[in-house]
Amino acid sequence: MTIPHISIDTILLFTMVAAALWTVMGRSLLKATIGLAITSAIISILMFRLNSPLAAVFELSVCTGLITVVFVSTISLTKPLTHKEIVELSKERHKRFGYLPIIIIVTAIVLTLIKIRNNVAVAPGADITADVRQVMWNIRHLDMFGQILIIIAGALGVVILFEERKRDEW
Amino acid sequence: MSGESWQSFLTFGFFIVLTFVCGAYCLLVTRNMIRAIIGLELLIKAVTLLIIVVGHVTGRVALTQALVITIIVIEVVVTVIAGGIALRVFRHNNSLYIGDLNKLKG
Amino acid sequence: MPSLLILVPLIGLVALNLPNKDIMRKLAFWFALGLFITQILLAIQHHPVFWNYQLEKMDSFFRVNFSVDHLSFIMLLCIGIVSTASLLVARHTIHDEKERFKLINLLIIASIGMSGTVMTSDIFSMYIFLEITAIASFILIAFEKNIYALEGAFKYLMLSATATIMILTSIAILILAAGSTSFSDISQAVRSPGNNIVVVAIGLFLCGLMIKGGVVPFHAWVPDAYSAAPASVSVLLAGIVTKVAGIYTLIRTITAIFGLDGATRSALLMLGAISILVGAFAALGQKNMKRMLAYSSISQIGYIIIGFGTGTFLGIAGAVFHLFNHSMFKALLFVNASAVESRLGTMDMDKMGGLSAKMPVTGATSVIGMLSAAGIPPLSGFWSKLMIIVALWRSGDHAYSIIAILAGVVTLAYLLIMQRKAFFGKDNESVSEAGLGIKTASVMLAGVLVGIGISFPFIFNRFLAPLREIIHR
Repeated sequence: MTIPHISIDTILLFTMVAAALWTVMGRSLLKATIGLAITSAIISILMFRLNSPLAAVFELSVCTGLITVVFVSTISLTKPLTHKEIVELSKERHKRFGYLPIIIIVTAIVLTLIKIRNNVAVAPGADITADVRQVMWNIRHLDMFGQILIIIAGALGVVILFEERKRDEW
Repeated sequence: MSGESWQSFLTFGFFIVLTFVCGAYCLLVTRNMIRAIIGLELLIKAVTLLIIVVGHVTGRVALTQALVITIIVIEVVVTVIAGGIALRVFRHNNSLYIGDLNKLKG
Repeated sequence: MPSLLILVPLIGLVALNLPNKDIMRKLAFWFALGLFITQILLAIQHHPVFWNYQLEKMDSFFRVNFSVDHLSFIMLLCIGIVSTASLLVARHTIHDEKERFKLINLLIIASIGMSGTVMTSDIFSMYIFLEITAIASFILIAFEKNIYALEGAFKYLMLSATATIMILTSIAILILAAGSTSFSDISQAVRSPGNNIVVVAIGLFLCGLMIKGGVVPFHAWVPDAYSAAPASVSVLLAGIVTKVAGIYTLIRTITAIFGLDGATRSALLMLGAISILVGAFAALGQKNMKRMLAYSSISQIGYIIIGFGTGTFLGIAGAVFHLFNHSMFKALLFVNASAVESRLGTMDMDKMGGLSAKMPVTGATSVIGMLSAAGIPPLSGFWSKLMIIVALWRSGDHAYSIIAILAGVVTLAYLLIMQRKAFFGKDNESVSEAGLGIKTASVMLAGVLVGIGISFPFIFNRFLAPLREIIHR
């Protein structure tokens, strides 16, 4: 690979990695969740720039919105740590997570050294003008059935996991 | 494929791999269940972006968008289930740490 | 018309969850039983009218490219039988009707997912069906919501999701190379040599599948998930879910897409041999019955992988046959384990003993299951192991065939330990025979093992010989 030239995409991508890094290194869970939402929002902008508006809208509404809500509510339902515990944990975390920036930089250097020849990709296909809704409803029918099934399974799972038993058996 | 779009694929691929490293490191190192789920989310996001980029450079945007929408739906369900399990574990143990739940050994 | 196998359960599932739940709860069991038995019959018969006939109107609406060949038939048969066994066990181990209703719903979802996985010829649809099966399994493992179940489910979820990410990354690269997600397009694009990226993609894909199948070194989740799940779920998981999600998909993708070249072949042989040994020796040291069976599962999966790794017709047919047999005897042993668990409330083998006298059906069928697992003639497990060992010997991998034979002795050893501790010997505890459903399930599975063992030539001609078509494609 060669060193990427500067453009809006490059800046966005750079921010994406920075946000991901912040997500992982962030001290509290809430900060990590916010970092995840930012990463997701940047990815959504990138998708928009890559001619995939529908996927971008999905990513923005579902991942940035819904999943953040899920995480925040899960975190708020669990007990927050005391200040002392946080200090203890963050010391330990620095030991374990401190290597990540170094690993990232090493990976980046290694990647710039690898050269990948341009003999893999196919020529642009005929469906360049096709509409995504048409593809979804006409060609990839089965996926829709799969989604229905998965949503049913997820609903059952939520019912099972969040339902309280009257007597405490365990 | 033109050299220009291949170049843009490589640029995207470069940063996507870096995001992968972040997510994978988080997944490997952390002992907190919620943080593990967050690492997983990062990985899935990197994959969805990769698929969209592939669709862009091969000119199959319609196909890859359809795939990505399906992946996002599945991802949400998996995250909700994982969050539910983490919450249940917290109710039992008052802790989110995976190290605290080594009761199955033996 | 194969799409009916997906569509009918889906419509039934929606109908079951409509209001007026009291009737539906009673109906659910019979609906699921009917569904699974229909699937068994269709897969045994494989009548061309059902499998090849195209429904005009439905075809235009439900445009799916299912392709059903003989490998799919064997897997559909397996799915039907094990799901039936799991359903029967559920009826007698879960007493709360509401809970049972939910479990049956999830069981139907898991079986739809598996049937879809074995019928599809599109790599992305395969991923979706795998995910359906996996999500149903997470919830099923966590079903009892005790801490062990939750930990088992979380471990499985994390590893399975990691596998999913590997598979998706690989799919992205394959789309880059082929521009499509169907097996045939990708296979054409992949066979041209010299693409490093594509090699990485294939490696990631196969690693992902091996995590889902629990092959060593990706096996850490297997014992926890199997032993933490409720009785009927561990029958389903050990019997079929991991085999479809990991092993069937491995066989299918390699034969239909990637091709079995030298490097893949030696990697498969190596991993298979390691799985056999690690699983067998780990099983020797277990005290918990379900954990011992889980490690035995890892070891038997090693046999399947090693047989498939030979790449010859005999080896692949042996691997598929062992996949079937392993589903049957492992489901049988887990049914028996759940019978014991339902009566004793423990899986610790040191606390068992003399159960054979009190539970004659369970004791007798577990002897059949054990002998079949150890590969004693004329039970079905003998034939498949024989095929695998002969194939290994003929293809020149003498060392591997010796490992396979020696590990068979270890298999016999740990299963005898289990039998001696649990079923033989003296014990004064007053236990009674397990419920009717469990007995039916174990007699059914034992019957399959004995029947197939005796009528092996017939089975070979009808089910295994046509497998030549998947190799010479």
